[in-house]
Formats: sequence, C-alpha cells, structure tokens
Amino acid sequence: MSLNRVVVVGGGVIGSLYAAHLARVADTWVLTRRAEHADALAAGGLRVSGKSDFTATLRATADESALPDAELVILATKANEVDEAAVRLAGRVPSATVMTIQNGLGAEEIVRAHGERPLVSAVTFMSGVRHADDHVEYELDTETWLGPFAATTTYERAREIEALLVESGLRARAFPDLRPAQWSKLIFNATVNTVAALTDLPHVSAFAHVEAPTDLGRLVRDLMDEGKAVAAAAGVALHEDPWEMNVHAVRRGETEAAAGAYAHVPSMLDDVRSRRATEVDFITGALVREAERTGVPAPLNTAMYRLVRARETAYR
Amino acid sequence: MVGCGAVGSLFAAGLAQLEDVEVWAYDLDEAHVAAINAGGLRISGAGDLVGQVRATTRADELPPCDFGIVAVKSMHTDRAMADTAPALRDGAVCSVQNGAGNEELIAGHVRDVIRGTTFPAGHLVEPGHVGWDTRGDTHIGPFEPSPAPMAKVEALADACTRGGMPTHALEDARGAQWRKLIFNAASNAIGALTGLTHGRIAEPPTRDLAWAVMAEGRAVADAQGITLDMSPEELFDFAARKEVAYDHKPSMLQDVEAGRQTEIDFLNGAIVDFGERHGVDAPLNRALTALVKGLERSRA
Repeated sequence: MSLNRVVVVGGGVIGSLYAAHLARVADTWVLTRRAEHADALAAGGLRVSGKSDFTATLRATADESALPDAELVILATKANEVDEAAVRLAGRVPSATVMTIQNGLGAEEIVRAHGERPLVSAVTFMSGVRHADDHVEYELDTETWLGPFAATTTYERAREIEALLVESGLRARAFPDLRPAQWSKLIFNATVNTVAALTDLPHVSAFAHVEAPTDLGRLVRDLMDEGKAVAAAAGVALHEDPWEMNVHAVRRGETEAAAGAYAHVPSMLDDVRSRRATEVDFITGALVREAERTGVPAPLNTAMYRLVRARETAYR
Repeated sequence: MVGCGAVGSLFAAGLAQLEDVEVWAYDLDEAHVAAINAGGLRISGAGDLVGQVRATTRADELPPCDFGIVAVKSMHTDRAMADTAPALRDGAVCSVQNGAGNEELIAGHVRDVIRGTTFPAGHLVEPGHVGWDTRGDTHIGPFEPSPAPMAKVEALADACTRGGMPTHALEDARGAQWRKLIFNAASNAIGALTGLTHGRIAEPPTRDLAWAVMAEGRAVADAQGITLDMSPEELFDFAARKEVAYDHKPSMLQDVEAGRQTEIDFLNGAIVDFGERHGVDAPLNRALTALVKGLERSRA
C-alpha cells in the first residue's frame, strides 16, 4: 500500500515539523484546534527554519468533517489531548494507520478505545521552537523511532512509514518491537522532565554531576535505576541505557551551548513555566503505575510524580 | 548577638530590658545597625518593647562577652564565628538557628557550645524595627561534643526567660532540635519545590510524601539515640489548621521566590549527613536536597 495522503493532528512544534516535511512528498493535511491557525497555514504555507529551511504548501482545517480519507494519521497532540483528538477522528479517515508519538505510555490504548485501527507506536527525539502558527524552528534533527503496536499492524507497515519520513527529509527508524526504545525514552523523560520542572533548570551539565551525594546527577541516576528495575520487571530489555542518553545529551548540549546554539528546555519545564497542565500523568505517572503493577518499589519516582502534581495545583 | 535579624532582634531587645545584662549586636546590615544605635532596637506585634543595644558591623569593636547567641542564617555561621571568635572565645555560645549542623561549626571556633532551638518568629519592618509574628519557647542544652557547663546553660535560660523569651535549660536538647528539624525539612523543601503553603502541603498529593520525609528523619534521630520531645507529624497537622499556619509560605519558599540562598544544607542535607554518619540512608531527603540545590542554581 502506498502512502499518498497524510493527516497530521495537532499543529504544535512536533506536528508542524512532521507536516511541513511530509508535504514535500505526500498530500498533507493538518487538523488544528483553531480555525485561524488552519487559515494561516492554508494561506501562506508553513515555514521551517533552523536545521531545515523551506516553506511547505499544505492543506489545513479545524473541521474534522472536512478531512478526506488518507493512508496515515500522525497524532501529534500532547498526551493529555489524545482523548479529545481520538474523539474527533472516530469514524473518520477510515483507511488510515494511526501513528502516536506522545511522550510516556498509554496513547495507543486511548486511541483504541474509540475504535479498532492499525496502530503504530512512535517516539521522537526531534525538538524545536514554535515562533508562530505558520513558523516552526527545527532545533534537534534527531530520529523518530516507530514500530507496530501489539498485533494491530505489521512491521512492514512501520517500514513504509519509515521510508516516507526519510524521503521527506526527516530521520526515522522502524523496529519490529518498539517497546525497548519506548521504555528507554520513558525512563529518560520521566527523570529529565520532572527534575527540570521542579528545579527550573534546562537540561544542563548538572544533570550528570555525581561527585557529592546530593549532586543532581545522583538523583537523576537513582531515578533512572528505579525505572530500569520497573522495565526489567515488565519484561522489557531496554534499547539504550537512559543514563548514557542523559550524559550524551548533556555533552552535546555543552558543545552546542559553547557555540551559542543550544539551551534545551524539556517540555515539562516549558509547561510549568507557562503554567499549563503537564504530561506527568503519562510519563512518570505511567512509570509509577507500572511499578505498582509489577510490585517494584519506586519511591523516588513516586515522590517526583507527587511534587509535579502539587506544583500544578499551586498554579492551576 | 551574632546576627541581629528578626530572631536575633527578639532576643537582643528582650535581654536589653535586664539591668544585669549588656547587649552587643554584630550584624552586617549597616542601615539596621545605624538605626539601632540611634534610636534603640524596636519590637512590635506579639510584644512591644525597645531595647538599648550596642550594634556594630565590625567584629573587632566587640568587647569580650560572657555569652554569644548565634542567629545568622546557617550558611553564614562559619564566617560569622570566625569574625566574632576573639570576643566570644571565653564565653559560652548558643545557636538559636534552624536545622542541625550549626553547633558543629560553632565548636570549630569556641570551646563552650550550647545547642538551641527556638520557635518565635518575626520579620524586619524597617531598619531598627522588627515585627514579632509568633511567640514560642526556646530549648537549650550543652552541645555534647564540646559542652558548655550546665550552670552557664541555666544562666542563659534564666536571662532569656526574664527578658520575655521563655527558655528551657535541658541536659539533652536534641529532642527539641530534631523535632523542629524533621518538621521543617518536610514543610520547607516541599513548599520550596511546589509553591504550596504549609496547609496545602499537609493535603494530597504531598501529604504522604511529607510523612515519608519525616519518617526518614525519625529513623536518623533514632539511630543517634535521640528521643523527640513531641511528634513532628502532630505538629505538622497542628500548623496546617486554618487558624494556625494553613496559609503560611514556608521560609524556604520565600527564600526561593526572593532569589536568596536557602538553608537546605542544614535541613534535609543535615538529615542526609547525620544519616550517613550513623548508617541510615535517607533517599527522599537526599532527593529533596538535590532538587532545592538545583532550584538555587537556576535562580542564581
């Protein structure tokens, strides 16, 4: 089956990066929440700056009933907006495989609750900055990892999507089973996002400092060790060691910061600074629920979960 | 008086009411020192008084003193003691600061050390004038590794009490100190990280966390053979009442909001340190210490 038409749900940073690139190789539609957002995209296209530099011509609407059928839907909303998006898509775009790219765990089940579909799980390490409805800056051009969710679709389908993403100029890699990669990112995110949200620090070198017992890197490592124990109990062999991911990201950050180009603000810190609801329920919350299910103690992740939830209640 | 901020001023002005006591105050705030020397040290609120105190920003102007009371923020203890040690070397020096670990620093400079914990609180209204927010008792006792004689502890308690600051002289003042430390470690660190007032910290989702943090503190106190004089958990619930301190922002939250350094090393950090020395792990207090230090770093 060829992939001629794609619907991207959500016009945030990640949705915009997918849509703009894919518009170069497929008939691409963006489903937004706000009509003026769709109007701006339809009128002047979507500009990408940073790692790529071009303006994409694409179709956009805030009205889901205007969507045509398509072969692929990329669900690019925040984790806590997946349910709303799934409601809007219910019964629509019937031929599509739906790819979820949310942080944490559980988006696939939410989509599934609104009707059986072929589902592809994905995690992305891309990041960027949204400058306007029709302008996104591409910051980190890292890979999207994807794989079939449960038995709803095949590895071949994931390979086709991988090929389309690569053809569009993005980096992607398909796996027969995404869980090892998904869990690596889950543990990484559960730690880095909550530590950043509570300390108001971007992902800086302090996250890898382990000299003194109360250095931040010790906490990062302890949190990740808890996550690794939960993954092991859940029967998942991790694709990458989250601590190595942390050290690597911090080093890259330092090199690029020296060039004045980098100051990565994890999304949960961005949410807290903007006083928005965070995705902590889907990230650390998911990890804590898995810990309870498997009977593995996770007191530090539980503490982080409660602190971030409390921080939200203080401003919401 | 080493450090004449809110708490130091309550003691200084109170003691200055006594005919048999001459009070000197060492503080680096020049406007405050000048106002005290010009018009006396004024207290209003829970009590109204003016104390005739000799204040100075220069430690070398201090005469030899019989007693020292240290009321600087904990991160300044070592520096302030180094400055004032010449005047205090033959006296007995008492901490009325937050947390644990100050007496150890004081003992690095003088021989006769008194452990102390105080509950009264206040705030600086303007130079020379402190608002007295809450009354409360003070508990003091010899600092075991480098103790002041009990007679000196009793003499200081008597003077403070006569000056309007009820003070109890105890053979072992650790129970009071660790009760307050355990309470503060939970309320202050969680408040600083979440922005919640004390009463809301005592509710879900942070209530269980606060109790777990206090349980670690209890385990570290137990390992040292300390018997708490009151339950920090009961104190936590008492303070969470609407009519007591439900809406109070813990001082560490106020420090963080003002971009000031916090006393985290002497609160949760002290529970971690004393725990290590006595073979008790305190992972939640260690986590809170690392997070608050991270928050200080982002605010610096």
